[in-house]
Amino acid sequence: MQLIPCPWCGPREEAEFHYGGQAHVAYPQDPSALSDEEWAQYVFFRENPSGPFAERWSHSAGCRRWFNAVRDTRTHDLLAVYRTDEPMPEVIS
Amino acid sequence: MTVSPLSAWTDRLAALPVNASERPFLSQLTVRASDPAAIAAMGAALGVVFPSVPCTFTTGTGSFGEVQVLWLGPDEFLVVAAPDLQIPIEEALRGALGSARGSVVDTSAQRTTVVLEGPHVRDVLAHGCSVDLHPSAAPTGTCVQTLLARTGIILLVTGADRVTLLVRSSFAEYLAAWLSDACVEYRTQ
Amino acid sequence: MNFRTPTGGAIDRNTVLRFTFNGQALTGHPGDTLASALLANGVHEVGSSVKLGRPRGIVAAGSEDPTSLVQVETPFSEPMLLATTVELFDGLQARGLAGQGRLSPEPDPARYDAKHEHCDVLVVGAGPAGLVAALTAARSGARVVLVDEQNQAGGALLGVDEYLDDRPSAEWVADIVAELRTTPGVLVLERTTAFGMYQDGFVLALQKRTDHLGFAAPASVARQRVWRIRTKQTVLATGAHERPVVFADNDRPGIMLASSARTFLHRYGVLPGWRAVVFTTNDSAYCAAIDLAESGVDIPLIVDARLEAPARLATECAARGIEVRAGHVVTGTEGSARVTGVHVAGQTVPCDTLLVSGGWNPVVNLFSQARGKLRYDSELGAFVPGEELASVRVAGSATGELDLNACARQGRDAGAAAAVAAGFTPGGQVPLPVSDSRCTQRTGLVLWRVPGDEDVSFVDLQRDATVTDVLRATGAGLRSLEHIKRYTTIGTAHDQGKTSGMIAAGIVAEALGVELADQRPTTFRPPYTSVSFAALAGRNRGELHDPVRVTAIHPWHVAHGALFENVGQWKRPWYYPRDGEDLHAAVLRECRAARESVGMMDGSTLGKIDVQGGDAGKFLDMLYTNMMSTVKVGRIRYGVMCGVDGMVIDDGTVIRVGEERFLVTTTTGNAARILDWMEEWLQTEWPHLDVHCTSVTEHWATIPLVGPKSRDVLAAVAPSLDVSNEAFEFMTWQDAVVAGVPARVCRISFSGELAYEINVTAWHGLAVWEALMEAGSPYGITPYGTETMHVLRAEKGYPIIGQETDATVTPQDLGMAWAVSKKKPDFIGKRSFARVENLRTDRKQLVGLLPVDPTVLLPEGSQIVETDRLPEPPVRMLGHVTSSYPSAALGRTFALALVRSGRERIGETLYVPVEDELVPVTVTDSVLYDKEGARRDG
Repeated sequence: MQLIPCPWCGPREEAEFHYGGQAHVAYPQDPSALSDEEWAQYVFFRENPSGPFAERWSHSAGCRRWFNAVRDTRTHDLLAVYRTDEPMPEVIS
Repeated sequence: MTVSPLSAWTDRLAALPVNASERPFLSQLTVRASDPAAIAAMGAALGVVFPSVPCTFTTGTGSFGEVQVLWLGPDEFLVVAAPDLQIPIEEALRGALGSARGSVVDTSAQRTTVVLEGPHVRDVLAHGCSVDLHPSAAPTGTCVQTLLARTGIILLVTGADRVTLLVRSSFAEYLAAWLSDACVEYRTQ
Repeated sequence: MNFRTPTGGAIDRNTVLRFTFNGQALTGHPGDTLASALLANGVHEVGSSVKLGRPRGIVAAGSEDPTSLVQVETPFSEPMLLATTVELFDGLQARGLAGQGRLSPEPDPARYDAKHEHCDVLVVGAGPAGLVAALTAARSGARVVLVDEQNQAGGALLGVDEYLDDRPSAEWVADIVAELRTTPGVLVLERTTAFGMYQDGFVLALQKRTDHLGFAAPASVARQRVWRIRTKQTVLATGAHERPVVFADNDRPGIMLASSARTFLHRYGVLPGWRAVVFTTNDSAYCAAIDLAESGVDIPLIVDARLEAPARLATECAARGIEVRAGHVVTGTEGSARVTGVHVAGQTVPCDTLLVSGGWNPVVNLFSQARGKLRYDSELGAFVPGEELASVRVAGSATGELDLNACARQGRDAGAAAAVAAGFTPGGQVPLPVSDSRCTQRTGLVLWRVPGDEDVSFVDLQRDATVTDVLRATGAGLRSLEHIKRYTTIGTAHDQGKTSGMIAAGIVAEALGVELADQRPTTFRPPYTSVSFAALAGRNRGELHDPVRVTAIHPWHVAHGALFENVGQWKRPWYYPRDGEDLHAAVLRECRAARESVGMMDGSTLGKIDVQGGDAGKFLDMLYTNMMSTVKVGRIRYGVMCGVDGMVIDDGTVIRVGEERFLVTTTTGNAARILDWMEEWLQTEWPHLDVHCTSVTEHWATIPLVGPKSRDVLAAVAPSLDVSNEAFEFMTWQDAVVAGVPARVCRISFSGELAYEINVTAWHGLAVWEALMEAGSPYGITPYGTETMHVLRAEKGYPIIGQETDATVTPQDLGMAWAVSKKKPDFIGKRSFARVENLRTDRKQLVGLLPVDPTVLLPEGSQIVETDRLPEPPVRMLGHVTSSYPSAALGRTFALALVRSGRERIGETLYVPVEDELVPVTVTDSVLYDKEGARRDG
């Protein structure tokens, strides 16, 4: 059972968290101005890197805060956690 | 006539080696606010300082008697007080919040409260709770939201061998059954 | 014959334990394992092999044993246990197995549980290295957990008669354990096997707490416990396993690992036989030979594969009349149920026991599970830890070190380093013991197998896998050890290749002509030893299998005979059968009551979210497809929520409580998900919005009161409330006193009938329910369950999210374009509605289906086809049946379905394959009852 370090509550077991997919995928300013293809990029397409990946997590069984985490998809190691309004920090994987 | 979620469990809980007892019908209000002045004003209205440290709770006494404020999130608190005070407390909190951003919601019946006491409390909880409850890691004043027996709880460490659990009302009987079962090995000791 | 020594061993000779094996009555002593007791009675043949049916004996003394599988029948039948790890108790009954056991058809009556434990330093293994590591860490003040799979600490010391610091090693062990047990913050767990090592210092360990007590085990004590240990630092002192050498007919009972024979002698006072040949590649077997010789066993010969025997040990052997033949190997054996002779250099040496040592395999399972890289040590002929990990240290023979003093030093260093890494300062230094052992030389000759008949040269004795099988794999072109493992099944039995895996790798490398240093070893996976499903399930059985949620009114439902349906974790009344009624009869009655008089149900499980703030209306406008900001205070609007892809995810009502306050409801199963969804948008995308959401699902008990007489019933319990249609319009709410309790009453309907939804705090739910039952009795008020609710709403064509929808359905598909705002510039999902894919006219749309035969009930999930005869596959499927019921109101069966271009097909006849028939159905509008909505106002 992996530990996920909630920025507020500290490390807790992953069973307390919900996964929210790739982070930093902003809701488009004006969806109606986008072509079908551009909109489909936002709705359906996500990165799938082998290595560090910025993701959204929610401490759903704890403080219910959404936050971002950089996870190495090869090892599941969490390299950094940060608030949703912060830029992705530099990480060493 | 009111019925609390664990009213059918009173005797069974009392017989447990962790001396469990439900504290029914407590006034509970969920407060969302992040403006420090508004938070301070709400505390002043109740005679308690709202907790600023994550995963802690505070206690104070004011015009509503003893009031506990539980940290639930960086802008979320649960105010717990004696029964039948939810309406005046809600009014007091709204007055203190003023025009600042936030919300006050009466959630008194959303959860019920169970107090556990005795030397086996930590052992019993360790059968279903992954959070470290050792006094060095969870001293008195700790307030964690986590899972106990796969059920969401708020856990307050209120003394050396004393813990208060807040559990969603719908899960309360399941949790009581689980507690009762987890106590089996500690009954004769 | 009695093979028990006259003295010695850690057994209680004054107490006799009776047991049976394969029906034969035998005796042993406390301290025995089933294996040692069998050997004491001269029983070597335990079972037979799984494929070939060859006799199988006892190869090792511990959990690495590949062969001694038994079914223990008492006190509860349990299969696939190793005789070497079953502690003897009075009344034990066991049978040998032919490679496979039988699961009991009866439920296991014993308790099994789990417990979380947190520590700074976890030490796995209580041999010399582990004991010193644990004590060193404990003296620093760290919280320490020491686990060991044996019933007492000591590790390898339990199997020897060595002296440490000039006193019996047991005394040295006892002193350390005593100090550990009296040090605060230290937990010593014996009979506890760390079987899995995972991320972030998470280790699972199985403790066998009362197995050894047999019939005397107290029922209230969990028989086995899974410890869920979370540690900052770990010291692995897991020791090493002796490995055999493969040769022809190496599988006969009586062929045993040399160190295991020594363990049976010293720990249990048992001799493996009277005449034992020893075959070794290293020094350690000499100690076994000498010890056994001194206990009266005839050792005619030590066969040492090395060109030269170790001089000092050879001298000691000569002094005892033991012949040592260096530069030789065992080429085969004789016997059937028991070895009777050994082939060496063309001669047959008669014997009843053959002791084998091919060197030592460090136990690196947990280190490898912790993602530690392994390195091949060519002197040792084994994989050893090949790197240092930040939070996992290895000490003792698990590193490949076999000298006791050096092992203890590694333990001390590792214990101190672990304590420091966990933030502690080392305390008093633990002195290192000095052993009097004769056998300290680390390395020998690496020898995997002796050439001979490959068909009977067994690599994995449990899987009956031979050298032939390995060579067949390499001959077929397999090169990876992982592939060869799967092809041959070597290492996949209960023992996971503890004694066979390394040898298999060696034979493969030889066959392929490659270096083992270049080979990747097979992956070590949990569990290290077998763990029963009962232990893994723990207390999550029966009523505790999964959390159960109940409403405040639940006790009434139980008392009135409701049958329940699981909706997520909720128990919801399904229907309330009266005498002799089945589901259909009860539901027809319940439906009739709701349509003709009055019914009520417990709707408390609906998700309820309080939404407050200056931007609450704006926020809900983004979440719902329709406009919510324009709902006036006191009014209610039904709403649909979509994902960004435009597919429906939830629906419910939105109540405007105040200018800046709404109460929204969600479907029962989606309450938590929708609150998370709201928080995700608020916290990540729109933190500027002044909105806060709070769950109040369980604060309220919710009772829909449904039917033409509902107004009369409400009037009776709420005398101060003007219930007239003019004063209390459809889709409005009022605060009122109901049955003496403050309530919020909403006029909404999920059935098409005149209906009210009464909300009171959960504490009052039961009392208000009972008051409504009483007030409704003149009208025959009828409680109804989820099945009737489903029928009533389906007759009106109201979809249930998750039943009519499956994440590919838009509001337009459901015929709810009316609920999709055209005025709002944006809301979640809006842009997707304009996608080409979502504008297709052949999308699946919700329609009604009426079977031409009004008595035919279509199975939900049935496919729908166009023709009355099935063409050759592939058959074009038009859609599927989402809901199907008999209807009291319609006097016939009906269904809802998603059908391609469904609305264009209204009036057409389509076909539903049901078993071997094609059932003709007529496509209709989805609203089948009271299309005009005449019944809504009563």
